[in-house]
Amino acid sequence: MNFETTIGLEVHIELKTHSKIFSPSPVAYGAETNANTNVIDWGYPGVLPTTNKGVVADGIIAALALHATVEQHTHFDRKNYFYPDNPKAYQITQSDKPIGHDGWVEVDVDGVKKKIGISEMHIEEDAGKNTHERDYSYVDLNRQGTPLIEIVSKPDIASPAEAYAYLEALRQRIQFTGISDVKMEEGSMRVDVNISVRPVGQEKFGTKTELKNLNSFNYVQRGLEYEEKRQQQVLMSGGAVQQETRRFDEKTGETILMRVKAGADDYRYFPEPDLPALNISDEWIKELGDAMPEMPTKRRERYVNELGLTDYDAMVITQTKEMSDFFDATVALKADPKMAANYLQGDVNAFLNDNHVDLQATKLTPANLAGMINLISDGTISSKMAKKVFKAITNGEEPKAFVEAHGLVQLSDPAKLQPIIDDVLDANPQSIEDFNNGKKRAVGYLVGQIMKQTHGQANPQVVNQLLMTALKQ
Amino acid sequence: MNYFNQDLASLHADLVAKKVSAKELTQATLDNIKDTDTKIDAFLNLNEDAALAQAAKIDEAGISDDQPLAGIPVALKDNIVTKGLTTTAASKMLADFKPVYDATVTEKLAAAQMITVGKTNLDEFAMGGSTENSAFKPTKNAWDQTKVPGGSSGGSAAAVASGQVPVALGSDTGGSIRQPASFNGIVGIKPTYGRVSRWGLIAFGSSLDQIGPLTHGVKDNATVLSAIAGHDDHDLTSSTQAVPDFAADLNDATSVKGLRIGLPKEYLADGVSDDVKAAILAAADTYRKLGATVDEVSLPHNKYGVAAYYIIASSEASSNLQRFDGIRYGYRAKDVQNLEDVYVKSRSEGFGDEVKRRIMLGTFSLSAGFYDAYFLKAAKVRTVIMNDFKAILKDHDFIMGPVAPTPAFGLGDEIKDPITMYMNDVLTIPVNLAGLPGLSLPAGFSNGLPVGMQLIGRPFDESTLYRAGYAFEQSTDFHTQLPTLGGQN
Repeated sequence: MNFETTIGLEVHIELKTHSKIFSPSPVAYGAETNANTNVIDWGYPGVLPTTNKGVVADGIIAALALHATVEQHTHFDRKNYFYPDNPKAYQITQSDKPIGHDGWVEVDVDGVKKKIGISEMHIEEDAGKNTHERDYSYVDLNRQGTPLIEIVSKPDIASPAEAYAYLEALRQRIQFTGISDVKMEEGSMRVDVNISVRPVGQEKFGTKTELKNLNSFNYVQRGLEYEEKRQQQVLMSGGAVQQETRRFDEKTGETILMRVKAGADDYRYFPEPDLPALNISDEWIKELGDAMPEMPTKRRERYVNELGLTDYDAMVITQTKEMSDFFDATVALKADPKMAANYLQGDVNAFLNDNHVDLQATKLTPANLAGMINLISDGTISSKMAKKVFKAITNGEEPKAFVEAHGLVQLSDPAKLQPIIDDVLDANPQSIEDFNNGKKRAVGYLVGQIMKQTHGQANPQVVNQLLMTALKQ
Repeated sequence: MNYFNQDLASLHADLVAKKVSAKELTQATLDNIKDTDTKIDAFLNLNEDAALAQAAKIDEAGISDDQPLAGIPVALKDNIVTKGLTTTAASKMLADFKPVYDATVTEKLAAAQMITVGKTNLDEFAMGGSTENSAFKPTKNAWDQTKVPGGSSGGSAAAVASGQVPVALGSDTGGSIRQPASFNGIVGIKPTYGRVSRWGLIAFGSSLDQIGPLTHGVKDNATVLSAIAGHDDHDLTSSTQAVPDFAADLNDATSVKGLRIGLPKEYLADGVSDDVKAAILAAADTYRKLGATVDEVSLPHNKYGVAAYYIIASSEASSNLQRFDGIRYGYRAKDVQNLEDVYVKSRSEGFGDEVKRRIMLGTFSLSAGFYDAYFLKAAKVRTVIMNDFKAILKDHDFIMGPVAPTPAFGLGDEIKDPITMYMNDVLTIPVNLAGLPGLSLPAGFSNGLPVGMQLIGRPFDESTLYRAGYAFEQSTDFHTQLPTLGGQN
């Protein structure tokens, strides 16, 4: 039996606003328990929410970034449920008029391009956090009211690999807008997943299961792969898939039953009476759209078509807006694009990983990286010398000044190299004989001797050229 | 000396002239409340020490001519939060609740240097029309202590009518200021929705709730509304409309000349008592004599108002009252085994019957499968009722009618029959649904009990209502008659 798979993703993205969505409390991490809260966040009797206009702006930006239609006449709704981390016992969210709808992103899986639809995206508030210790449970409301955007996919995702690609595309586009850090490891991007399979040709979708504890894109893909196979096996053995929630086990890569769903929850949505409806003007949308940076797909096209990068290089450089901006600024200073891309992917990324920092938090500047690359290009330093220079520019040093201060100038002048080569040849007649007898290894030895005499500063290409000429005489 | 039925202007004059100090006035007010409240039970909580301290400060600074409310005592309905002063909403749920912040109206009264002497009784969470739903005690009518004071602002109305305080604030979701004002023979206004900030008002029906003053006379009412109204950054449903000095243009009875008044026939229909009808018809004649025209008009969808209201208000309440869950503040049941227990037992034990009834009604109305037939339908009815009013107010300056179908009923008479109780609101509810201002003022008596008249205006046109109310007051003597309980009278 052949199956087709349908995957749905609900992605929550935490916005980087200064204050909460409905209260003036700060949005910040690492504060003491309940420090970033006020009477609104506590759901105190008599309090009222006020809408943070910046969150609405971010909602519009996200909609534009994901090719969605901005709903210009929208409002908030209440979603009612009891839980200790939900102090009003309702969440202010959007139900029937989400701020954006009918968007899409393009994904590329093994060279096949596909558009994945986004049915809707809405702005809402996050809940607090419950913790449990021995006989007591504690509530921390610091996170209560943190602004979120929830993005819901259309049932277009047909494989775990597409799910991965969709998340990556979403992450990149949102990251480029700057409205969120979109980091799963820090909780600023969270993913809820559902999956169903059905025999090819069957019209009705199969029964779906929900997966939890998917804390990285990799786990999302692995969890889905496991669940896809599991459901297929259930159907092939004549069984029926149950509507249930399953937990992904990172160690075994399997999904484990958490709970069986008994019908839908009733959240009793209704329009939030404490907040006036939102009317979003054409001018505001245009203003926000005009201020949006160039999106990663556009940049990749430019890198490949105009700068001659490979698709892979272009993809890696556009992982984050900061990296891509850095690359653009470096190239704008006349650095060779290919070399700039290689340094960013290689030495720069390694440096960031080793030090667990973001690019913008380092002392690296496009000017210094371009300066170093240009010194390599004009032959002033060798790529070997560049290792030392790179270390210096990570400390914020200016490459040209560093090279001069440390005498790292490459010896390329034949008139200066020739006598040294002659001396080395004079001192090593055996090597000349070996070369003449066809032993190519002798060349390596001689080059090594010349480099030693020049303290490594000789230009290897020039040395090679001069040496070969001398040997063949 | 008798301060207790003086109007604000004469109290102010006495204070400025130092015939009485703010402290003396406050002390006398507190003493009188303690003395008279044994009969009417209008207060839940007094603010003695803080009030006297504030009065002393005001005396020290002196009161000038441009501080018309300074040093004058005021009482707040106990669903308006007061920092450090217990605020219960007349519920066991909040019996020991001390807020850490002030409502905007509380702040505004403090800024006007009024002295909050205490918190008045109400139906629990403002749900009811008789103040019998208070978890603590029923309040009695100032005119007859076997009758209800109306509700839910029954404590505030009885306190003003009996002369305990010259001013009290109430809240009105479906008639809760106007009906008790009517039952107690005083003036009360439900301002236009958005006129007064709701920040710090413990929410019942968020799209309907408004705070307003209860006073003896129209002019006093206008003065206090000007002091508490206005846009508030804390309440996005509060209006940015400018707040006029409502009392400034209240000068004589001639100002209604040429006004067109609508009298809806539905407001004199079956169920409205003969005495009430007679009082309103007489009032219409008074207005005609003053040079206004009174036309019969129609609010054809008025009869759907009560049903729509109880769905909308209860739906909003069912959500608003979910926060009382025993987790962060308020009542928490003792004998609990798990989280579900905390919720179920705390709420079962903490809320009274009427509150539970409305939570259930509202929860049902919002439930999947019923939402369209109930909540959504009610919301549509609301729009239709708004349009009824709009049509009349296009060519009428205001609408007049009774406040309630009958004068105050007996304690215990209707409390067992929620539907009869709900039908008492049939003439006040549509005004909340439409978000319009409604003024209640004395217009007669029936067997010794006051009968009130309601004036309904265009959005944010409280001025016309006050002008018409003042003209009526100048032409009649109902407002000068006082209950015999009245303090030192």
